[in-house]
Amino acid sequence: MTASSRYRSRVPRPEDAEEKEYVGFATLPNQVHRKSVKKGFDFTLMVAGESGLGKSTLVNSLFLTDLHKDRKLLNAEERINQTVEITKHTVDIEEKGVKLKLTIVDTPGFGDAVNNTECWRPITGYIDQQFEQYFRDESGLNRKNIQDNRVHCCLYFIPPFGHGLRPVDIEFMKALQDKVNVVPLIAKADCLTPLEIKKLKERLREEIDKYGIKIYQFPDCDSDEDEEFKRQDKELKESTPFAVIGSNTVVEARGQRVRGRLYPWGIVEVENPSHCDFVKLRTMLIRTHMHDLKDITSDCHYENYRAQCIQTMTSKMNADKRVESPIPILPLSTPDVETEKLIKMKDDELRRMQQMLQKMQQQMHEQDL
Amino acid sequence: MASSDVARQPDKGVRPLSLAGHVGFDSLPDQLVNKSIYQGFCFNILCIGETGIGKSTLMDTLFNTNFENFESSHFEPQVKLRAQTYDLQESNVRLRLTVVNTVGFGDQMNKQESYQPVVDYIDRQFESYLQEELKIKRSLHNYHDSRVHACLYFISPSGHSLKSLDLVTMKKLDSKVNIIPVIAKADTISKSELHKFKIKIMSELVSNGVQIYQFPLDDETVAKVNTTMNGHLPFAVVGSTEEVCVGNKMVKARQYPWGVVQVENENHCDFVKLREMLICVNMEDLREQTHTRHYELYRRCKLEEMGFKDTDPECKPVSLQQTYEAKRQEFLVELQRREDEMRQMFVQRVKEKEAELKEAERELQSRFEQLKRLHADEKATLEEKKRLLDEDQSSFSKRRAAAQLLQAQSLTANGKKDKDRKNSGFM
Repeated sequence: MTASSRYRSRVPRPEDAEEKEYVGFATLPNQVHRKSVKKGFDFTLMVAGESGLGKSTLVNSLFLTDLHKDRKLLNAEERINQTVEITKHTVDIEEKGVKLKLTIVDTPGFGDAVNNTECWRPITGYIDQQFEQYFRDESGLNRKNIQDNRVHCCLYFIPPFGHGLRPVDIEFMKALQDKVNVVPLIAKADCLTPLEIKKLKERLREEIDKYGIKIYQFPDCDSDEDEEFKRQDKELKESTPFAVIGSNTVVEARGQRVRGRLYPWGIVEVENPSHCDFVKLRTMLIRTHMHDLKDITSDCHYENYRAQCIQTMTSKMNADKRVESPIPILPLSTPDVETEKLIKMKDDELRRMQQMLQKMQQQMHEQDL
Repeated sequence: MASSDVARQPDKGVRPLSLAGHVGFDSLPDQLVNKSIYQGFCFNILCIGETGIGKSTLMDTLFNTNFENFESSHFEPQVKLRAQTYDLQESNVRLRLTVVNTVGFGDQMNKQESYQPVVDYIDRQFESYLQEELKIKRSLHNYHDSRVHACLYFISPSGHSLKSLDLVTMKKLDSKVNIIPVIAKADTISKSELHKFKIKIMSELVSNGVQIYQFPLDDETVAKVNTTMNGHLPFAVVGSTEEVCVGNKMVKARQYPWGVVQVENENHCDFVKLREMLICVNMEDLREQTHTRHYELYRRCKLEEMGFKDTDPECKPVSLQQTYEAKRQEFLVELQRREDEMRQMFVQRVKEKEAELKEAERELQSRFEQLKRLHADEKATLEEKKRLLDEDQSSFSKRRAAAQLLQAQSLTANGKKDKDRKNSGFM
């Protein structure tokens, strides 16, 4: 073939493109899809809030299963001095060939005792424990089958009976904001009229801003998405925190069998968007943002934990050379005396130069003036 | 028939008579009623519940008025009570209603002391009544009775059971006030759940020995309705001051996208039952119970604390006067003893002080003597020195005088010699 003919054949012509001379990496997404289906997914969801707010019912409604078959609910007198426990339920569910290993972490006893000072400690302890476990696994020699038990999302249930956030809510969210993605929800929203819901949401958003609580923020959608998607995304963001209702029972409404709650004055449908934000929550949590939650957990929260952990470990080791490191650390972080001195010297020099630079800048600035 | 026999046991020595005609004392209850209408009635309700649970709204709904309460914040550091008094009137009956609300109940992290302000408030009202009763010049008929007659305890509709805080608080209050538990915001619980919830709450209250107010069964006219109502406790209530058009009437209701909850519909919630029981049927009984049971208990405890007893150690009844006299004697004796003690102490102290002062004086005296002697010694020494000096001086002046004389003599001798020479020179 002559050069010209070769060149001609390389120009992408629509009718030829599918037949020959296309590279083919457009199939990468399909390959990823296939592999991930084969591998399966895992997701850890934590639910926290006072007892009686409908956490278990909501989880059952979200995943359409009955996770808490034989729960033992404590009496009031047993709960006076109760400590917070952590319970885990793991289930394997499958939909259209995609397997999901779902772990629900429950926190019974949170906020139930008469004295609730620092009741979140067991919870933060658990999350840190999972991070530590993953850290060890990641730094181990055999990394074939790492189990990711890190908590990817924490649904925090705010009771709808008050006027906004309570001290226990603020303290809990602040304690957890740097360790896990916190998604606040308004529980049992069927006791609020639409106007009251709107007021409460505004109040909550205001208070979350005021107290500087970092809850999970939806990522902005790309500018090249279509208008419909953008509108949906905007709507989703404006209706946080979601006001949810859960139900374990199926009732007959408008000729259909739906999940709902039967009252003498009407039927509340869980999946009716004008009744509550359950559908929005499900969309966000499962259908669109599940992977984003996992990504933020591993890129942001876990990395913070890891960096902190390494820092404390090295500073401890510098102070006390006899400490054995449980994980292999690169030699760079175990400097001996001379290199340390050198580093210090260089630091000082750097600082001095920075100061000089600042001074020069100031002088220039003054000259300009 | 049976109840009227039970009502009054025949006293010994008093025989029942039958009347031959109409005397007219059957108007006594009417006279009583007229008098009490003239005086007006007084009722105090205490509402305990978490912030935002609907206490103010329920009060507004119950009394069909607007009590102008403002929203409280969740960040109160301690539980406080806010009491407001209103004058209401219905047909010709005047009611002075005091509504006491808790502020900040259930919001703190550590709720171990949350019940204390409530208990203190109730005790304070009892105390002021007791003080009034014990006064020498008292005006009980004019006294504004501020004792709490009914306590509505608002239970959060979790659907499972009571909260631990509820149990602890109700246990502390059950002997001080008539507790009527209500399930607030009941439009979040479905019928079947509500049934289970009520049973669970009542069983928890019973198993922990909490005595809530039971509607009285001794009066036959209301016994039947009260028994039924006792079975519906705790009442599941919904409060609302907004009106919604249902059918062709405006009713108090809450409008949801899925339906309208009518406050006064017995099928929807127990509000009507609560209103009937609390206000229409048993208000007077609540006041009576507060006075005869809770207040008397408080009074007894308080007086026993002060040392008054009904029977002395030999189990003979002792009247208040005797006890008072005895106490007074005791007090006076004690006073006397204390006075004597103080006096003795005073005398002793004075003596001690005197001794001290004397000692000091003696010391001073001795020092003075010592100083004087020293001074005299020094003076003597000085005198001696002066004398010596004087002697020296006088001897010196004598020698000087002698020397001068000698000099003068020699001078005159020389002058004579010169004169002689001069004289001799002439010759």
